Amino acid sequence: MTSSYIGQPLNRVDGRAKVTGEAKYAAEYNVHGLAHGFIVSSTIARGRIVRIDSGRAASVPGVLRVFTHENREHLPSYDRDDEHSFLPLRDAKIHFSGQPIALVVAETSELARYAASLVQVEYSHEPHVMDLNTRRGEAYDPKEDEDSASSTKDRGDAQSAFTHAAVRHEAEYTHPCEHHNPMEMHATTAAWHGDGKITAYEKTQGAPRSQKYLMKVFGFKKDEVRVIASYVGGAFGSGLRAEHQLFLSVLAARELARSVRVTLTRQQMFTIGYRPWSIQRLKLGAGADGALHAIGHDALTNTSRLEDYTENDVGWSAALYNCPNIKRSYKVAQIDCYTPADMRAPGGATGMYAIESAMDELAYAAGIDPLELRLKNYSEKDLNEDKPFSSKQLRECFRQGAQRFGWAKRNPAPRSMREGNELIGWGMATGIWEAMRLKASARAVLTYDGKLDVASATTDIGTGTYTIMTQIAADTLGLRIADVTFRLGDSTLPPAPIQGGSFTAASVGPAVKAACDAVREKLFKLARNVPDSGLANAKIEDVAFVDGRIALARDPSLGVTIVGAMRYGNLKQIEEVAKAELAEDLEKRYAMYVHSAIFAEVRVDADFGSVRVARVVNAVAAGRILNPKTARSQVLGGVVMGIGMALHEETLADHDLGRFMTHNFADYHIPVNADVQDIDVIFVDERDDIINPLGVKGVGEIGIVGTAAAIANAVFHATGKRVRDLPITLDKVFT
Amino acid sequence: MNEPAPRALTTLASKTAITLTLNGSDTQLEVEPWTTLLDLLRERLDMTGTKKGCDHGQCGACTVLVNGKRVLSCLTLAIMQDGAAITTIEGLCTGDTLHAMQQAFIEHDALQCGYCTPGQICSAVALIAEGKARTRDDIRELMSGNLCRCGAYPNIIAAIEQVMQRAEQQSR
Ligand code: FES
Ligand code: FES
Repeated sequence: MTSSYIGQPLNRVDGRAKVTGEAKYAAEYNVHGLAHGFIVSSTIARGRIVRIDSGRAASVPGVLRVFTHENREHLPSYDRDDEHSFLPLRDAKIHFSGQPIALVVAETSELARYAASLVQVEYSHEPHVMDLNTRRGEAYDPKEDEDSASSTKDRGDAQSAFTHAAVRHEAEYTHPCEHHNPMEMHATTAAWHGDGKITAYEKTQGAPRSQKYLMKVFGFKKDEVRVIASYVGGAFGSGLRAEHQLFLSVLAARELARSVRVTLTRQQMFTIGYRPWSIQRLKLGAGADGALHAIGHDALTNTSRLEDYTENDVGWSAALYNCPNIKRSYKVAQIDCYTPADMRAPGGATGMYAIESAMDELAYAAGIDPLELRLKNYSEKDLNEDKPFSSKQLRECFRQGAQRFGWAKRNPAPRSMREGNELIGWGMATGIWEAMRLKASARAVLTYDGKLDVASATTDIGTGTYTIMTQIAADTLGLRIADVTFRLGDSTLPPAPIQGGSFTAASVGPAVKAACDAVREKLFKLARNVPDSGLANAKIEDVAFVDGRIALARDPSLGVTIVGAMRYGNLKQIEEVAKAELAEDLEKRYAMYVHSAIFAEVRVDADFGSVRVARVVNAVAAGRILNPKTARSQVLGGVVMGIGMALHEETLADHDLGRFMTHNFADYHIPVNADVQDIDVIFVDERDDIINPLGVKGVGEIGIVGTAAAIANAVFHATGKRVRDLPITLDKVFT
Repeated sequence: MNEPAPRALTTLASKTAITLTLNGSDTQLEVEPWTTLLDLLRERLDMTGTKKGCDHGQCGACTVLVNGKRVLSCLTLAIMQDGAAITTIEGLCTGDTLHAMQQAFIEHDALQCGYCTPGQICSAVALIAEGKARTRDDIRELMSGNLCRCGAYPNIIAAIEQVMQRAEQQSR
């Protein structure tokens, strides 16, 4: 493939739609006859609804219906107990505070909201538990365990190696519950078409997944329900599952035979999935030279009583470090909350915070530079399953990152740097994330006028999918960007996985390339037959597709334009659909990861203990970077969320009420502009011919992994105080 | 229960006629007293470029310009703006030509999901007009009412700085 676009820092192709306000998000389709739904949320954490009186609400003129568990249509899925064990309005049972217990539908959003305040509910309470700490004794091995520890084997004898190690470190690290809080609140506009069919404009990371959900829950046939998510205002994992608004809007639309929109309020954004609390115990044992002899990592996260949520907190150290003895465990404990959900780098952000904090402590215990310690224990293969890496340029990340940051000038002694009233600290950490690839498909349609339309049911939640897929398609056929359109976010398009796990570029990219390659081959056959094209005896390897022409690579004067070839063949269009997936044995033979090295400088007010992150250098090895501009933004965003994780974010719970207290942006702090200063992103060269035809790995999550640890380590360096409980708020710094 | 029966919202107050100069054109409207400027734009006028991120004055996604000043449209009742000139993101372009701030946002990739973007841009345009921001830290501080969960902040700063510098050069 000739690359005139791939690898270039192209502007986002959807940029114009987004800066002009033309881009439409789920709640912005003002379809004909739209009614508005407002959710009534439970105010207790556990118990039953004894009485729900919606009479007053229903009598407000303009209110169309108040749906409760007593009057909603009966769906067979309410009787199923298998998965999606939570369906709103199933019965009188309350599983968590904020649970949707009624939906008020009215002519306007204000009416619906007002009427919702009139719904009267009486509960019978049952005792609830919200504090994970009090549930340690009830921890158990989770049922669904693909993600967690048991998929990776323990090695050697960690306990005895730890006991005999010359240098030892053992500590517990905790972090709180965090909520994704994308700026766009979850919403669905369920457009009713009169014939029983519905189009759901939905905030989701995967239109096909939401469609499947609706088919399963409501019994729709595939052609009866379409899901559209052209623009998604961020998600970070919150849109992986169908949330309350999708179910409730469609339920209401069916019963009212009318289009219905349901939007969660910002407060209700705290009634959906979240990153769970975690308590992690790390044990590291090393020789006097810093060589790791033992790693012990035990993690406990909360889940709900509804189902077991699991994540891979403890699987990372064996891929990252060369250590003969490793022992891990992963347990969950139930609290009376909604089920947690994957949030940006689930498990990775969590586990690597603990591992990389512990490594810093080990470095101090051994009297070795933290970077030196990482290099000393650098793994040349993945010890989880004893496999070589498809590529691993982490050493280069360390080198370039350290150089850009000026790490060599660091005085290791805590509190050794100061400027005025600010204590300065430098910390570092490593990041790692899986480079996954799933099955995906795409369609490419080239028309007689030389325009290419490419489509796949993938999503762009802000990642740059629109742009990079356009680049791949344009390069494959040698077209100008302006002549290529990429469409996504529609369940009627060729299937693609949800957008998550940083696997979109590596999954959908090859499918787009395969579909365009198939068009390319057809086009080439046409071109060969064009008289005087000079291509009659050429093979496809001999030609280049450049600037809308198919020409001999060794003599570009010989060839034909794409439009000319189409005209000659008398073709209106060439249409090809292609599927692409990982070669079956590749995963068995290779370990595939993205790596990073993060260096952070913090400044801590010597009197108040308030922390600011003055600069971060994040050097990333993620295979081929398709678009350094959008990829950099992904990493920037990850680092910013990592700053939030380190210093700000915490959903505080009132254990007595069993309720989240900090359920708005004034109380749940995410980084604001003034919290973010210099962030420098480096992409180191990493060639990977094994992983997929594009050599791309994905960058959506790597930016957050390790960032909180680098900052926590920098806070220790600045202050001499080791805070092992995120977020590092000022009260923890000097107490 | 002995609470009074609910009254229809429509009987609580009748609609009031107001005139807004909306992106340059005079617009006569009948609004209910509780309708926020934001809901008026998004739900009544189908001008969905202005975003709702919290409905509580905590995120900045709903920022519009009222008589040139940045205002949170979720905290403003439409009825309070009778006679005012409102500029939304839809009103920043001149024909097909983007406002310099819109163009700079694209060039610096100052957006990801794009949901905070209209508010950021309106806020940035007003920030320059306010003339208070001198340094990068000033811009950061004065743009801190506009949250961006995608974390595009460094690029937002770069875009604003570029527009500010160009404006200064031109005024010299
Ligand atoms: S919607 Fe107005 S400030 Fe958030
Ligand atoms: S670009 Fe997504 S919230 Fe700012």
